[in-house]
Amino acid sequence: MMNRWHAVKRLLPILAGLALLLSACGRADLSTLQPQGPIAEKQYDLMKLSIGMMTVVVVIVFVILGYVLVRFRKRPGQTDIPKQVEGSHKLEIIWTVIPIILLVILVIPTVKYVFEFAEDYSKDKNAVQVKVTSHQYWWEFEYPQYGVKTGQELVIPTSKKISLQLNTADVLHSFWVPSLFGKIDTNPEGTTNKAYFEAPKAGVYFGKCAELCGPSHALMDFKVKAVDDAKFDEWVKEMKAPAVLPEDPALAATFEQKCLSCHAVGDKGGTLGPNLTGIGNKQAIASVLLGTDGTVEENLKTWISDPVKVKPGSKMPKVPLTAEELDGISKYLANYKLNYDNSGN
Amino acid sequence: MAHSVKRYHGLMDWLTTVDHKKIGILYLLAGGLFFLIGGIEAILIRIQLMQPKLDFVSAETFNELITMHGTTMIFLAVMPIIFALMNAIIPLQIGARDVAFPFLNALGFWTFFFGGVLLNLSWVIGGAPDAGWTSYMPLASNTYSNTHGVDFYSIGLQIAGIGTLLGGINFLVTIINMRAPGMSFMRMPMFTWAVFITSALILFAFPAITVGLVLLTFDRLFGANFFEVANGGNAVLWEHIFWIFGHPEVYILIVPAFGIISEVISTFSRKRLFGYSSMVFATILIGFLGFMVWAHHMFTAGLGPVANALFSIATMLIAVPTGIKIFNWLFTLWGGQLTFNTSSLFAIGFIPTFVMGGVTGVMLASAPADFQYHDSYFVVAHFHYVIVGGLVLGLFSGLHYWWPKMFGRLLNETLGRLTFWTFFIGFHLTFFVQHFLGLMGMPRRVFTYLPNQGFDTLNLISSIGAFLMGVGTIIFLLNITITARKPKDAANDPWGDGRTLEWTIPSPAPEHNFTQIPLVRGLDAYWKEKVAGNKEMPASEPIGPIHMPSASIIPFLMSVGLFIAGFGFMFAKDEFASSFVGMLFNNYIVAIIGLLITFGGMFCRSVFDDHGWHIEPEDLEDKGVKA
Repeated sequence: MMNRWHAVKRLLPILAGLALLLSACGRADLSTLQPQGPIAEKQYDLMKLSIGMMTVVVVIVFVILGYVLVRFRKRPGQTDIPKQVEGSHKLEIIWTVIPIILLVILVIPTVKYVFEFAEDYSKDKNAVQVKVTSHQYWWEFEYPQYGVKTGQELVIPTSKKISLQLNTADVLHSFWVPSLFGKIDTNPEGTTNKAYFEAPKAGVYFGKCAELCGPSHALMDFKVKAVDDAKFDEWVKEMKAPAVLPEDPALAATFEQKCLSCHAVGDKGGTLGPNLTGIGNKQAIASVLLGTDGTVEENLKTWISDPVKVKPGSKMPKVPLTAEELDGISKYLANYKLNYDNSGN
Repeated sequence: MAHSVKRYHGLMDWLTTVDHKKIGILYLLAGGLFFLIGGIEAILIRIQLMQPKLDFVSAETFNELITMHGTTMIFLAVMPIIFALMNAIIPLQIGARDVAFPFLNALGFWTFFFGGVLLNLSWVIGGAPDAGWTSYMPLASNTYSNTHGVDFYSIGLQIAGIGTLLGGINFLVTIINMRAPGMSFMRMPMFTWAVFITSALILFAFPAITVGLVLLTFDRLFGANFFEVANGGNAVLWEHIFWIFGHPEVYILIVPAFGIISEVISTFSRKRLFGYSSMVFATILIGFLGFMVWAHHMFTAGLGPVANALFSIATMLIAVPTGIKIFNWLFTLWGGQLTFNTSSLFAIGFIPTFVMGGVTGVMLASAPADFQYHDSYFVVAHFHYVIVGGLVLGLFSGLHYWWPKMFGRLLNETLGRLTFWTFFIGFHLTFFVQHFLGLMGMPRRVFTYLPNQGFDTLNLISSIGAFLMGVGTIIFLLNITITARKPKDAANDPWGDGRTLEWTIPSPAPEHNFTQIPLVRGLDAYWKEKVAGNKEMPASEPIGPIHMPSASIIPFLMSVGLFIAGFGFMFAKDEFASSFVGMLFNNYIVAIIGLLITFGGMFCRSVFDDHGWHIEPEDLEDKGVKA
């Protein structure tokens, strides 16, 4: 018994060090180990608890194993037969009961959080309702309370709960925002999933698709952008503002004919593809072309000229555009910016 | 009495054999071949992920690689290698002359083999499956996976699955009915217990996947709508069916490894297994609980809090019997005289590695935290710790341990240790860092990742580890090749400390295994006799003629029939350049020919009696199985 207590005392600094090590892992806007919202924080607490307990178990096993390997190896000239021990009820009860106690410690918060995370805010008027629809390979976010639909960037206010109802338009996907909330699958219509989360700190957080959904599964990133309430209201207003089409009427006609059949800007256009309003502000074009790859305009050009090259299996066809039309549309979209967040991102 | 027997030679001998020892070798060869294929797929995956945004393979190919890596490794590599050891050892360990149904045994091998070949032919005909080894709908439906890939998956696995189910039933019957006199259930060696429990799990789990694959096949080939949401089906239903099979499958894999580790640790520490009866009980409990936890693979599917809470608790419970086993192994070592060799090194390496896989399992069992771990690299790390760090290390240990019994030769010790260290270090290098990748936000099954997410270094380390594992495997193959050129000089009990019946007979075992069926007087029957000063087991019968089953080509032909029928159904709706070939396929003629061969074989087997043959006492100078 003394030995065990000593081992535990020696373990405490290891555990503290472990927690430090864990929190140094990864980006704050992406890692589950640097939670930025209450749900992710509770999940992180649960992780720390279980990792801590499990580290103790692992260390105990390692210590015993290390000891027996050194102490009970066969020595040269040893010919006696070791005592054939049948077992020990006392020991066996110990290593049955102690794990059960450890599990009870883990089960209590587990069950508590299972029910807490499953609370339904879909009827809550104070929560921002968002209908999430996943597509191969992009995310659609509809805000029924505000009559706004957007794609790839979930803009939310920092002060409210966000209540999600999730479905897929095609195959299974999984909505994962590691630093805020964990994940939930998007199933076909009829098996709608609900979830909620909060992002009290303003900022932009990484979102990922976590269910194999086809060739571009890896490229189905999205962003969650948390802004203060004033900015959020402003964003809603700007999203609902009438569409601003290209100034050149010929280009505007091409744009309406070739792009708006699937995409929307402002109050115009279709819903097959993501809404393009404010695309000039976005960090990533097609979720994978970033500032490091080129300017927004260059990225748009890369994307539009050959979508499948950027995202294998993408449903967006190679739209027949002349070089001038491609330039014009890319430039126009790159400059289609919203002003709700003048600090930029 | 059928006295004379037709003896086949060369290739025909192997195609017609019903001898469990030869079938064991066939399983090992075929399983080893598929293990290499799966390993090459793994290396290609790790090359692609070595650096961000690499373009080594395309996104489509990558999805084929991960699907085939998982499917091949689980169904066609590790399970057959488990079956190899089951076949090679179980009858010897229980003092039997063969399995209960030798013909069925051969049929099981050949259906597995042709199912596996069919599945792997997808690489060259029509595209490999690309919907993951879990083949979730709707991604696996015709709409989203329009090559024949998933057809190869569903039909190939169906045919291979027949073999597994037959094998499971066969070993259940064998272990229940054919133990030597005196071997009560509680005197069975731990490996026999493990195989018994695994066979029971197969019996209950495989029908689930059989039904699931039938539904999937019907959806894809005949437009049934079991999983088509638009027509009233349900996509989540597939997840349930798959995991009701899939979770017990994990225990089907790991339980035999528990058995192997128990044997090896007990033998090389020269001590009886600590807490034998609690080991038996714990293994049964693990198998039983294994059927109650499938939905922990679906915590994020939206089953609701009650289901998530219950499945969390049920899953955590498995930690208790598993912990019992771990500590029993540790206390078997305690007070023993441990010899270090390749086999015991792998067994010792198994313990900490498997514990690490086990504790991450408990972490995953906590549903709210699993919302973060699920489908991330954390899960990839976890199940590789269990399956590679647990099962594969166990298989290496068992192969080095029983190699002399299977082939009459001891594997080279230096190369063996080299295999262990490269494989073991490579393994931890590959998978330990993947825990952190998952926690840092890297989803699994991604064909690439963008830079600046903090994933780069750890992925590079992981890939380097994978190469090291590859090196370890190559050294093992080298060891086999070198050993095969050595004379067959292994003693009956080459380790000197054998405890169970297989070590009482020559290495390799003669065709009839036991000239006289031994009498078992306790647990660790052979050890007991040795301690009592006896050189041999007491016999339970006088020397007499030994009945043997006849070799038969029918199992091979029946499996070829299923193989042909599989192609027939799969390509029935395709267009062919040659109108004659088209006519054959489109009218299901190919499929019908295949089925006729299979059912014809079944008919012949049922109608024409074959009473086998006898080895007369004067012919008992057998030279054993050839390898």
